[in-house]
Amino acid sequence: MEPQTSQTITVTVNGETYEREVEARRLLIHFIRDDLDLTGSHVGCDTGNCGACSVIYNGQLVKSCMLLAVQADGARIETVEGLAPEDGKLHALQQSFSDHHALQCGYCTPGMLMSAKALLDANPSASEEEIRKGLQGNICRCTGYWNIIDAVKAVAR
Amino acid sequence: MTETLSPAQPLVVEEGEEQRGFAGTNVPRKEDKRLVQGQGVYFDDVKRHGMGYAHFVRSPYAHANITSIDVSKAEALEGVYGTLIGEEVAALTDPFFQLATPPGAHIKDYALAVGKVRHVGEPVAIVVAATRELARDAADLVEVDYEPLGAVTDARRALDPETPVLHEEAGSNLSWEGVYEWGDVEGAFAEADHVVKISELHFDRFNSTPLECDGAVVEYNRGTGQWTIHTNNQFPGFAAIMMGPAMRTGLDKLRFVTQDIGGGFGNKITSHPQLVACCLLARKLHRPINWTEWRTEFHLTMSHGNERWFLDTEVAVKADGTLLGFRTKALDDAGAFLRYEPLGGVIWAQVTPGCYRWRNVRLDFTQVVTNKAPCSPNRGYSRMQHLWFTERMIDIVAHELGLDPVEVRKKNYVKAEEMPYTTPNGCVYDSGDYARMLDVALELIGYEGLAERRADAESRGKLFGFGIGSTLDSGTNNFGQSRLINPELQFSGNNEVATVKLDIFGEIVVTLGTTPQGQSHETTAAIVVADILGVTPDDVNVRAGHDTYWNSHAGFSGTYASQFAVTGLGAVKGAAEKLAGEIKKLGSVILGCPESELELADGFVRMKANAEAALPLMACGAIINANNAGLPEDLDVTLNARYVYRPPFELPDVERKYGNLTLTYAAQVHAALVEVDPETGVYEIVQYAAIDDCGKRIHPQIVEGQVMGATAHALGAATHETFTYDAEGNLLTPNFYDYHVPHAMDMPPLKTGYIESPSPFTALGTKGMGEGGGAGIHAVCAALQDALAPRGRPVVYDSCNPYHRVWELLQDPEASRRRVEVISK
Repeated sequence: MEPQTSQTITVTVNGETYEREVEARRLLIHFIRDDLDLTGSHVGCDTGNCGACSVIYNGQLVKSCMLLAVQADGARIETVEGLAPEDGKLHALQQSFSDHHALQCGYCTPGMLMSAKALLDANPSASEEEIRKGLQGNICRCTGYWNIIDAVKAVAR
Repeated sequence: MTETLSPAQPLVVEEGEEQRGFAGTNVPRKEDKRLVQGQGVYFDDVKRHGMGYAHFVRSPYAHANITSIDVSKAEALEGVYGTLIGEEVAALTDPFFQLATPPGAHIKDYALAVGKVRHVGEPVAIVVAATRELARDAADLVEVDYEPLGAVTDARRALDPETPVLHEEAGSNLSWEGVYEWGDVEGAFAEADHVVKISELHFDRFNSTPLECDGAVVEYNRGTGQWTIHTNNQFPGFAAIMMGPAMRTGLDKLRFVTQDIGGGFGNKITSHPQLVACCLLARKLHRPINWTEWRTEFHLTMSHGNERWFLDTEVAVKADGTLLGFRTKALDDAGAFLRYEPLGGVIWAQVTPGCYRWRNVRLDFTQVVTNKAPCSPNRGYSRMQHLWFTERMIDIVAHELGLDPVEVRKKNYVKAEEMPYTTPNGCVYDSGDYARMLDVALELIGYEGLAERRADAESRGKLFGFGIGSTLDSGTNNFGQSRLINPELQFSGNNEVATVKLDIFGEIVVTLGTTPQGQSHETTAAIVVADILGVTPDDVNVRAGHDTYWNSHAGFSGTYASQFAVTGLGAVKGAAEKLAGEIKKLGSVILGCPESELELADGFVRMKANAEAALPLMACGAIINANNAGLPEDLDVTLNARYVYRPPFELPDVERKYGNLTLTYAAQVHAALVEVDPETGVYEIVQYAAIDDCGKRIHPQIVEGQVMGATAHALGAATHETFTYDAEGNLLTPNFYDYHVPHAMDMPPLKTGYIESPSPFTALGTKGMGEGGGAGIHAVCAALQDALAPRGRPVVYDSCNPYHRVWELLQDPEASRRRVEVISK
């Protein structure tokens, strides 16, 4: 029997359910970006260090370059595109990032926002030290992090 | 690891004069709404039907002859669209134009390796396939036979007779050399009471590693012969003049399109070889090509910052600490190709004396090629290396002569009352007050209480150090300086373009020639336009990014070299004023009064004396664009204004290597406190202060953001970031596991401050300031030298000081001390 090289998966992303046939070796980030055309999540490295591809997977923060798309079969995924409520307003974290100039080029921002959201979902009153720890899996090359930490701190209760 | 986080409120040392309008206020950034929602468009977000994905086959050897390439197995794989190899490139293109005089001029550089590879990771072939994964698989099927050659990885050995030669055409590994001498150097040394000799200093190889790697989506239009290149190249003007002649095509056939770019820092200037390869593939395979560089590929091949040695340095000093002059031999390691080099051989001269009144300088510059990744601009390009050198000289001199580094700086800084100050080589420092900045830095770092902090650290068994880095961020290049390395080059001056138009429904639309990568051009341009047209920044729509089709660019368009606040905003101001003039001209016809009696305010052109006599801008746009019957025949109004900003520059004197090389000089004074564990060499930056002076600030929050970013880059470079090669030419830090960039946990407590010394030479009093001069590297080196002094007075001789290097200094201080000698009269 030929080895199976592709598989049909069903994934719910930002509340919408998609059924797609994917190559077994396709990374989740490429599935999200290329197959679903949700290009907010980014790729910044090939080793799982940078966090630009961070998404929330069944309530847990993951780096989507470290998972295969087939592993997401049946999963519920949140990406930056699903962060803002639908009334045209921004999520509190998005607004705070803008207020604090916590982004420049914006490339790390979607992953950074998802990390911050996962952190505050689990620990709404995170301290500065906990915020630093919570964001250490995300690299930003523009801001030096100071404003990012301030932005998250402002949203933490 | 840190006790406080937030930068203190910027310390206002001098209140700027009261100004109407939005300039100087922190309006919300226009870019943010799309970027925080993941709605930015970076090149890899561009999708095209039938697009093929390119994967590069790269050299595993640092130096080798290519004996054969066989792509047949790759091409036979289902889903593979085709390949490209060096032989085809050599037939279809000419080598890239070289900026150097001979011998560097003889170097042949193509889009892919032709016959030989010269560094690990050099592109040898490309495979294009239906998916990213398949392209990568197929690339593994390309069979390349190599005949390995010896490698040169140490610039100091590059010119030894037995060292292998990279480019036979050039005869040796020398790419460029030049002697710079100004003032009376011999006289300075004759007058000196002390001569401090430093045998060897080393500025390390690193780069700013933007989070988005290089790449492009390239389409070819067979009917018109035109390529559309969606790319994150940050200097399309330069890419075009490199690519056009090589591809034997006119520049109009190369359309560059960019919306958002994920960081650049100079590292995305020299992607032209890869772009040429993609253009050839798009034409050959009749399909759009996506090239997305992987992180490891970026580290292996792209734009390392110039590694530089300073050899046999001598500093002439008076007994009272007055600095008379210096001489040194700068040895620059350019890597395997000269993609932007040897411009680094002159760019440093923009800041020849640093912040100091050194009048007598000799610098012998030698640049060599080695079997490492090619060097290209990196935030602080070439000046950072030289400024690190000047700051090292200051601290080493102070330590060796028992002088206070603060006092030596204050004594020798160029003084505020000397501005504008002409340096020994004819550069004009436009404005500034370095001593005052130092005072602010000392206040923020808590200089008064240093003795207590030192005692406290020592009571905990730590070594305590304090250091300063004072630097310049020279901005707005006079490209005429390229003639100091090659008198035949036909470049000089600088320019940037903007257009501002008023459309039918009153839309104000601004287009720029620049390619921002986070520098907030949409926001600052909107502020400038709003203040001139009497509207709000919300009323101004600044198109995101760059498109050659907008016809809003010139030869030097791009975003690099700390210049937007001068060139870009200068163009925006010019275009907005032109438009304002046209609106008034139209208003005078409609309202029936002289233009001089009109003003633009609150969205109207109106009579100053009677605000009721007013025409909304929307009506102006509608009249000219859609309702113009009956207007006077000679009314020369289009409401579509284009302006080219051209800074006032003369050609430098090639013989004397003398002239004004940059228009503005932003300044930085940083101060760092470190605590070092004497047992392990592990150290922590326990407090940090960054003071900036970039003249008039259009948007203070954005300026502070750039200061923070430059600080973070400098701290990364000072402590961990390094491109280390082994003797065979293998890069040991090819990804973010091994190449440690700062994380959120690493950042020290930071305080920022500023003063404003408006530039007398620019339209808005602004100065370019994005690069920052690397002051953090210098401050950390100085602080470490101070901290280690009680342990045998080691000399910090390298720009990068990871813990193991500090440990080595602690273990064997004498080894570093052998680099220094003081000869006193």
